[in-house]
Amino acid sequence: MWRYLPPLLPFAAFLWFLPRVLPVARGETGEYVWSWVPGLGIDLAFWLDGLSLAFALLITGIGTICILYAGTYFAKDPRLPSLQIILLLFAFSMLGLVVADDAITFFVFWEATTITSYLLVGFDHESAKSRASALQALLVTSAGGLTLLIGLLLMGSVADTWRLSGMNAQGDLLRASPLYLWIFWLIALGAFTKSAQWPFQFWLPGAMAAPTPVSAYLHSATMVKAGVYMLARFTPALGGTDVWIWTLTLVGAFTMVQASIWALRQIDLKMMMAYTTVMALGALTMLLGQGSAMAVTAAMAFILVHAFYKAALFLGVGMIDKGAGTREYTQLGGLGRYMPITAIAIAIAALSMAGFPPMFGFIGKELIYGSLEDATWPWLIGGAALVANALMVVCAGVVAIRPFAGRRRIAPRAYTADPGWGLWIGPAILAGMGVLGGILAGRFEHFLVAPMVSAVTGSETGAHLALWHGINPALILSLVTFAIGIALYFLIDPIRKALIKADPKTPGTEDGYDWLLQALKDFAAWQTGIVQSGLMTRYLQTTFVLLGGLIWGAVYFGTPALPPLRFDLDLFEWAVVGIIVGSIVLVLLTPSRLTAIAGLGGVGGGTGVIFFLYGAIDVGMTQLFVEILVVVFITIAMVRLPRAGYIPFHRISAVIAVLFGLAITAAMLAVLGTPLDRRLTDFFEATSLAEAHGRNIVNVILVDFRALDTMGEVSVIVISGIAALAALWAGKERKA
Amino acid sequence: MPLPGGTTEMEIVLAILVGLLAASGAYMMMAGRLIAYLFGLIMISNAANIAIFAAGRLTYAEPPLVPDGEYTPMTEVANALPQALILTAIVIGFGLLSFALALVFRTYFELGTTRMDDMREAEPRNMGGNS
Repeated sequence: MWRYLPPLLPFAAFLWFLPRVLPVARGETGEYVWSWVPGLGIDLAFWLDGLSLAFALLITGIGTICILYAGTYFAKDPRLPSLQIILLLFAFSMLGLVVADDAITFFVFWEATTITSYLLVGFDHESAKSRASALQALLVTSAGGLTLLIGLLLMGSVADTWRLSGMNAQGDLLRASPLYLWIFWLIALGAFTKSAQWPFQFWLPGAMAAPTPVSAYLHSATMVKAGVYMLARFTPALGGTDVWIWTLTLVGAFTMVQASIWALRQIDLKMMMAYTTVMALGALTMLLGQGSAMAVTAAMAFILVHAFYKAALFLGVGMIDKGAGTREYTQLGGLGRYMPITAIAIAIAALSMAGFPPMFGFIGKELIYGSLEDATWPWLIGGAALVANALMVVCAGVVAIRPFAGRRRIAPRAYTADPGWGLWIGPAILAGMGVLGGILAGRFEHFLVAPMVSAVTGSETGAHLALWHGINPALILSLVTFAIGIALYFLIDPIRKALIKADPKTPGTEDGYDWLLQALKDFAAWQTGIVQSGLMTRYLQTTFVLLGGLIWGAVYFGTPALPPLRFDLDLFEWAVVGIIVGSIVLVLLTPSRLTAIAGLGGVGGGTGVIFFLYGAIDVGMTQLFVEILVVVFITIAMVRLPRAGYIPFHRISAVIAVLFGLAITAAMLAVLGTPLDRRLTDFFEATSLAEAHGRNIVNVILVDFRALDTMGEVSVIVISGIAALAALWAGKERKA
Repeated sequence: MPLPGGTTEMEIVLAILVGLLAASGAYMMMAGRLIAYLFGLIMISNAANIAIFAAGRLTYAEPPLVPDGEYTPMTEVANALPQALILTAIVIGFGLLSFALALVFRTYFELGTTRMDDMREAEPRNMGGNS
């Protein structure tokens, strides 16, 4: 069964990372460096400490489960191979992101997750909605990626290193830098867009257009946690300032509360899980904003808690969808008898989500409440956490009870039962991890959470993970949470209806995104219409404006020089100039083509006479011959071409042309005012006979000193002749 | 270091003439008719050649030749270098013009017009302005 092969790859990586828990728990770190761009000091550098190792285990472990799940979920779908390949690519990018120690390496993997997740969200590419969601996710996160890149570059320039570990070692320098505020906002924007913080939270529910295994993977432990990971990673370098604490706490708390409220509006269980994911990300951002050892411990434990239960629940909702044909809980009921394994796995995961003892989720929630002791604004954070946690209890109740209890509401499918082992084994393991995390809290603390905390805060001391801390404020808050949550659970239907009614009237940040996107498109269309008008005359005008501008720039910035302006010419000189000027006027004004051609002949002939007068015999002869040929060619062509007719005066073109001509005259005068460099001429005069054995210096230059140049010129003539012939013959074939 | 022989004045006049030629050529090229475009191209070619010639300074009636019995020109002769460059430029300009003329021909028989702004095969009118 080849479709069981892809999960083996992340599983092998998982097995590679797993034994490294022991040395990392002892405080050792691993470093792996390959030279990449040595000239710029950029390396493929990787770093394994508590934080990156825990993420690596989540990414490879849950990756194994989700890719296995996908293999069964899409068993009969011809797109399965491409899905599994993209999932593997995504897992690889995500893994690279969390273990990268070089800022550029980190950024490359960051962008790789953006691109691969775009492909994953838009996997159902024949659906327009799916494509739009994928594009939205891509635009929002890659916009943040751009600010992140600038932030990383600024950080690198201040800290004078590309290593993240090196930047973290120079936190005081970075925080004292005048660029700190810029760095903070650029990095924070990157994290907020990636981790779906308000006001960028809207892309995440939209990304639910992805297939279930993808959503489970992207939104439990990976993609959206990348922003949180980065905030944690940069806490030593950037954390602890007022702007860091204020921004992260307020944005995180607001995101958490509003997402948990809108979660209650959802009918689709998967959408509900999406909103609770935003809630979890908000909670993590808020805790990292606090930055105390207690808060960081709570955040790190909650990352694990959330990864376990959220992946299990997403996958479980996928099983409900497979079994019952819908994910809308208002249509579900009574499935418990038919799908017992699904029901049990979801129930255990939901208990962890609601934070009931003895689940890992209970410990996570206790730690959040415990961190209030050191909190900057305990009332604000405590209140927000209380609301969000109580609403999580409601959501957990909905997903665990509504589909399974009560009576069946929709016509049963022909076959409603637990899916095969490939689907249920993953959620079962993950739900089991939630139980283990509660029972073996001490082990989890020692091997995973404490190393994570020490990587973020730099110190070993954090809160302890245990189910029972005695009767303390955190426990009392937990009990209050349960009470509110259970009470609200029984009111879910009226609450949902009220929220659905309020939804269209509530202004959302997605409207701002839509407006911005439309404005961007309109601007692009507007400026394309100007720059790329499709009008050739407009293009020519642009060309001459630019050319004239460049020449004016050269005159303006060059050395100022002006020759003495005297005009006492001989009569014959005036005569030649007069002929040329008269011919120009003739060409410009005459409506007759033949007169215009004659005028052109006058211009060319006059030019030839100038060459003759000032000692350029060969040039003058060539000029006259070519001029005759040009006149003959054009006259022949005129026989076949239509009359140009009267050309209307065009004011803008005239202004451009005059400024262009003035630019050239000014440049010429500047050249004439500068002494002539005769070195080359002297060289040719001295060597013409001695070395090239020719008395006509111009000829010697052409056929000897610059012979290659002349050969190039001859080939140009041949090629243009062939091209002209081809253009003319092509028309004949068409006619025949 | 202006050359003797009263040629500096002519250089100045040619500088102005080059500007006039270039301006007229540019105006013709922007006029929107293929034939006028060709005329403009010829004028700009001439302007470029005169510009190179004048920039190399003028010497009246002294071709750059090494007289018999001498190894180098003993008297002041015209600057040979710009002449060599212009010779190349004239011939290249002629090649460009004949190719352009053939293209004008083809374009007219394909599209049935010599108005440049009506040639929108590659960039149709409705391309911009619509998202």
